[in-house]
Amino acid sequence: MADEVVEGLKAKFGEAIKDVHEKSRRRTYITVDSDRLPDIAEYFYKDLDCRLQICTGIHMEHGFEILYHFAIDRADRIISLRVILDLEKPSIESIARRVPAAEWIEREMWELLGIEFRNHPDMRHLLLTDDWLEGNYPLRRDWKDWRGGEHDTSE
Amino acid sequence: MTPVNRTQIIPIGPYHPLQEEPEFFKLHVDGEKVVKLEIEIGYNHRGIEKLAEGLTYDQVPFLVERVCGICSTSHPFACVNAIEDVGGFDIPDRAKYIRTFIGELERIHSHLLWLGLAGHFLGYNTVWMWAWKYREPVLDCFELITGNRNHYAMFKPGGVRRDIEDEDIPTAMRIVAGLERPLLMFAKIAMADPVLQARLKNVGILTYQDCVELGALGPTSRASGVPWDVRKDHPYAAYDMVEWDVVTTENGDVFDKVIVRVLEMLESVKICKQCLEKLREVKDGIDANYKEIPPGEGIGHHEAPRGEVFHYVRSDGSNRPVRYKIRAPSFMNVPTNNRAVVGYTVSDATITLAAIDPCYCCTERTIVVDADNGKQLMGWKELLRLSQEKTRKLMERYKSRMDRVWI
Amino acid sequence: MSLKIKALTKSIWVFHLAASPCNNCDIEILDLLTPRFDIERFGIQLVGSVRHADAILVTGSMNRKARQRLKRVIAQAAKPCFVIAIGNCACSMEMFGKSYNQMECLDNVSEVHAYIAGCPPKPEAMIQGVVALIQAQLAALKK
Ligand code: SF4
Repeated sequence: MADEVVEGLKAKFGEAIKDVHEKSRRRTYITVDSDRLPDIAEYFYKDLDCRLQICTGIHMEHGFEILYHFAIDRADRIISLRVILDLEKPSIESIARRVPAAEWIEREMWELLGIEFRNHPDMRHLLLTDDWLEGNYPLRRDWKDWRGGEHDTSE
Repeated sequence: MTPVNRTQIIPIGPYHPLQEEPEFFKLHVDGEKVVKLEIEIGYNHRGIEKLAEGLTYDQVPFLVERVCGICSTSHPFACVNAIEDVGGFDIPDRAKYIRTFIGELERIHSHLLWLGLAGHFLGYNTVWMWAWKYREPVLDCFELITGNRNHYAMFKPGGVRRDIEDEDIPTAMRIVAGLERPLLMFAKIAMADPVLQARLKNVGILTYQDCVELGALGPTSRASGVPWDVRKDHPYAAYDMVEWDVVTTENGDVFDKVIVRVLEMLESVKICKQCLEKLREVKDGIDANYKEIPPGEGIGHHEAPRGEVFHYVRSDGSNRPVRYKIRAPSFMNVPTNNRAVVGYTVSDATITLAAIDPCYCCTERTIVVDADNGKQLMGWKELLRLSQEKTRKLMERYKSRMDRVWI
Repeated sequence: MSLKIKALTKSIWVFHLAASPCNNCDIEILDLLTPRFDIERFGIQLVGSVRHADAILVTGSMNRKARQRLKRVIAQAAKPCFVIAIGNCACSMEMFGKSYNQMECLDNVSEVHAYIAGCPPKPEAMIQGVVALIQAQLAALKK
């Protein structure tokens, strides 16, 4: 089943598939090109009938990684699509319009990690207060505690 | 005359005693009809993902246990699954049965809790008291086995922390078996009570399509006929070693969500019994004693009472995770309220919002505000009264049939 | 004032305030109302509005968003009013103290009259905590 998925993906998107890592029978990690990601995600969701479980954003030395975890329930597999974004200005096209389940998690990644999602339908703070300090992303590695400092406006 | 915007806004929340995330709902109503819903969350965000990066793998289960008190086994369950997935570890069978037993017992206590609150919101306080009364023995069973009523701290990467003693098995068995009768009673009442039927049937319908689009999970989606159940689809622990069925229904209304939960509890009783039987024979230790977590990444999930809990862990070979991601089921279920509430009346809104089992007592402070001048129109109490009054009216109408159900 | 305090020690009406807890403390509070513990027999009742309350039960470690609300709610309460911190979270923030979304502990925000520790405290412990609070208040009045 997995091989079918990977083969199908390679046949359809070719160049955009950069790396396939088969961790075990149930888990596959596929690195893809960030520009093609919305199409690939849509293909997973519409054509393969996968369920978007969640996305994970990670701040690593080599850039921001986002993992889109798709579950194929009929075959007991989880396929994670990995994209690697630029460290300086992380930005990617939003998939929320094509895969509605992604709307909230994109808002969360934006506010906690500062990844920009282009063309997101409704980008507001989800978890943090509205007066949270601009440009301050707590899940980044270089985040500095600013509580009680001069910028702390919460009364 | 220019058309006037007649919509008014009812804020619900954010304070309520029961949910994992205090949420804040704004109902936009036009007359009696709800036309739009805005959801605001974040009253409960404690930065657990970041805190987990500072703890060792042995400590993480204790932290994630405190994500949510009702699912206080589900998060550690998914967490140990994820950590074991990093290294591809296997654990002894006895530990698997103990894990499964604790997980299912928790499902029973959580669903009973929900059932009670659902009753309260409909004005059936009897159901509330009864459901919580039958929940107490479950907590006793937890106390017997784990030493605490909630927050059991049973799980560790590689196994479980405490064994279930042979002497305790008969008591646990008696408690679990004793649940069957009250559960059947609840099932019978729900099926036969005409008021519940009138109140819950065709209310807050979530279609199959909506569920798939928004990725709804657990009983919320199973009531709409979407057969997603992680325990069946991606078996872990002992779920493929015991006999049980996935419960689904077709209609997706609040009534079906009640039925799904009641039937699921009966399935859980079945699983618990089998696990206890097996624990008498299978004695191959409770801990695999893994010392090192290799570099890599792992995904673990568990079907919590509310749906799939998802944990992702990234390891670099040290004793702490580099990144820890937690996704609770309500994160996917709460947005479905957008579709389930709109189009129904205000008095149905409370039970519909409650039906996904997110935010029950959002309720302490609900006010209806006139959008034009911000004047307070209605308090939470009023809203609750509206809901309970509706039930009472229906009770009158079905009086003759009622007597036969509640003897 | 002393008369008011004395009146306060009879059938206490409590308001429950969840300031980003994990829910368990909250469930145990509700548990107190159900058949096994049934504190209504002592006249203790959960009320829906803080304006009717004699005591506020605070659970949870209070994050930024909750803190703003909590301040407002406590200010709305009719005085005198006891504030009771339930659970380790409310007493000392437990393991969440270092998180980026936490500001300060409950006792920095308002006076706290009783701390009931435990994660979660057992219902019996909560009853005992309230009894101890009442006795302490009555003893202070006698002096
Ligand atoms: S003290 Fe424990 S049980 Fe209570 S809210 Fe905090 S973590 Fe939850």
